[in-house]
Amino acid sequence: MKLLVCIKQVPATQQVEVDPETGVLKRDGVLSKINPYDLYALEAALTLRERLGGSITVLSMGPNQAEDALREALWMGADRGVLLSDRRFAGADVLATSYTLSQGIRALGGFDLILMGRQTTDGDTAQVGPAVAQWLGIPHAAWVSRIDEADASHLTVSQELARSVETVRMSYPCLITVEKDSFEPRLPSYRRRLAIGRGEIDVLGLDDLEDKNPEHYGLSGSPTQVERIFPPKAAGEKVLLEGADAGQALAELLIRQRVL
Amino acid sequence: MNRLTEQQLDELRALCPGRVLAGADIPTDYEHDEMPIYGAGHPDAVVLADSSETVSQVMAWAYRQGIPVIPRGAGTGLCGACVPVGGGIVLALAGMNRILEIDKENLTVTCQCGVLLMELAQAVEAEGLFYPPDPGEKTATIGGNIMTNAGGMRAVKYGVTRDYVRELKVVLPDGRLVTLGGKTAKNSSGYSLMQLMIGSEGTLGVVVEATLRLIPLPRFFRSLLVPFPDNRLCMEAMTKLLAQRITPTAVEFMQEAVIALSQEYLGRPFPDHSAQVYLLLRFDGRTLEEVEGLMEEAARLMLEAGAIDALIADTDERQGGLWTARGAFLEAIKGSTSQMDECDVVVPRDRMPDYFDFCAALSQETGMRIISFGHAGDGNLHSYALRDGLDEQAWPRTLQAVMDALYDKAREMGGQVSGEHGIGRAKRAYLAQSVGEDVMALMRGVKAVFDPKGLLNPGKVL
Repeated sequence: MKLLVCIKQVPATQQVEVDPETGVLKRDGVLSKINPYDLYALEAALTLRERLGGSITVLSMGPNQAEDALREALWMGADRGVLLSDRRFAGADVLATSYTLSQGIRALGGFDLILMGRQTTDGDTAQVGPAVAQWLGIPHAAWVSRIDEADASHLTVSQELARSVETVRMSYPCLITVEKDSFEPRLPSYRRRLAIGRGEIDVLGLDDLEDKNPEHYGLSGSPTQVERIFPPKAAGEKVLLEGADAGQALAELLIRQRVL
Repeated sequence: MNRLTEQQLDELRALCPGRVLAGADIPTDYEHDEMPIYGAGHPDAVVLADSSETVSQVMAWAYRQGIPVIPRGAGTGLCGACVPVGGGIVLALAGMNRILEIDKENLTVTCQCGVLLMELAQAVEAEGLFYPPDPGEKTATIGGNIMTNAGGMRAVKYGVTRDYVRELKVVLPDGRLVTLGGKTAKNSSGYSLMQLMIGSEGTLGVVVEATLRLIPLPRFFRSLLVPFPDNRLCMEAMTKLLAQRITPTAVEFMQEAVIALSQEYLGRPFPDHSAQVYLLLRFDGRTLEEVEGLMEEAARLMLEAGAIDALIADTDERQGGLWTARGAFLEAIKGSTSQMDECDVVVPRDRMPDYFDFCAALSQETGMRIISFGHAGDGNLHSYALRDGLDEQAWPRTLQAVMDALYDKAREMGGQVSGEHGIGRAKRAYLAQSVGEDVMALMRGVKAVFDPKGLLNPGKVL
């Protein structure tokens, strides 16, 4: 069975600051880690490989330092790491990112099952997984909380939806995005780390892909342009109203604030 | 034991209006601690102390009246030290919970005795400072921690509560308020009554205020989960690690059996099941290089010493998962049986492999389930004897035999009765056996100097 897991390197801390001047995430000096949701996808893949055999390729798109994330996936048990890295991929939105990933996946020869995390903890769109499936023309199931059954030709999964749990059966090739806490991700092994060492990561650039038109990638392939990123204003102001007049004061306040 | 008369109750109420509970108004919580197996006791009155002055006035009054006073923090003790076995006044100190000062020049925090450990940690960490002692029970009070000289997981690197106390304000049994120690970094001024007070389990005085030493908050953390094929290899690897002077912040020993209970209790899976026994190591430091260096050195050494692997927990999520599982052990074990008793002996570190083998053999021999986990790096194993299906006759008999054997073994190895939980009411006989009559006589002498009438927390420690 050919399994592919897409991972992304995200800031290791939960509090990422936004530069108020430029509106850009301050990434300097911020340590990175694998997007926590992706670890669940990788764990699901490792469990499937234990049961069904096969190999796991881990794919990421990003700058050179994203090789660290891929290497860590190898220490967790993946077989091969591939990085999509090219200056012309930079500045990609959801559409361009998913297109680039789908091109990378085609270049690697296709897979039976593609697994991703439900979303990243920095971008938070939860759209890249389904979009990749669309580009590849394969079925997908998002928000997967459980793999119920898997064999050499089919996969049955449960999706945690807002008001219901939906169980779907798909034939390969297909794509799933998995929920957090669905599986407990194993830890990277120091023994594997010693054995693999720095480990070879295959790097693919634009010239290695089927569609070589740079207009379809990066900033130029992105119809969404981010105008500004800013931290939401903390609603920190607290007004304490006390005494017999509190009701009257509250009403006046709400009218002043145009709530009423 | 004299019950309080109505007149005495009225006097007490006049001393601290609105802060006295009596009769049916006393919640049953005040009758026991976390180990009901050591017995309960009903207080004649509970005083909800709100200040040092209240404590002082109540104690002075009770001393004149000849009424026993039993100080109580959060009631999370494990040896019955705060249980009013013979009645008397329970002095409830949990309401004195103000943090008075965080001194960033002298790196100290001053707080009232009822501040909870978790509140203290949060407050000082918000200022970039760190209070290293880390007893498992985060809802214990600082006063209680001081009174038991509580230890915890970070003792391997940082030591125990005793090592972080600079100054104590103490109300003596007769109500006098004294200051022991000082904010100074050093102190060579006479007998250290402060150190004597620490670990005295509320038998010499009542700590109302403490000034504690802080250190800069470590910025980077890494943990290693190290699976081993058997107990012996695991314990020996730990001894080797510490002998190499690679000092982890914490070295915890855990068995698959406890991990499974914890998993069930938390409803969250553990990330590894490849072994029966594990060491859980934690490292901290001011720079990433320092911490990673320590971790890698330790990982290499663990593999050389026969570990199956060394699994790296380098993110908040990964470390959180491991330490949350570890933190739930006590509650998880409690939930798995009908009744239990615990033994908190501490042995020289290099005797841990033998002590552990002994526990396993004892469990086999007596047929009693004995689960052990704990602070392997300190030679401090917490062993829990579990009742499970044992009947009324078999349980006390087997338990007595198991406990006697554990304490005997520890003594034979040069160990101590308690590593960090204290003596309280439960382990007095074992203490007497362990230290001998001469030392017990000195302890009784000390008690008589502080409390000639024997009214403060009677029937504890001695």
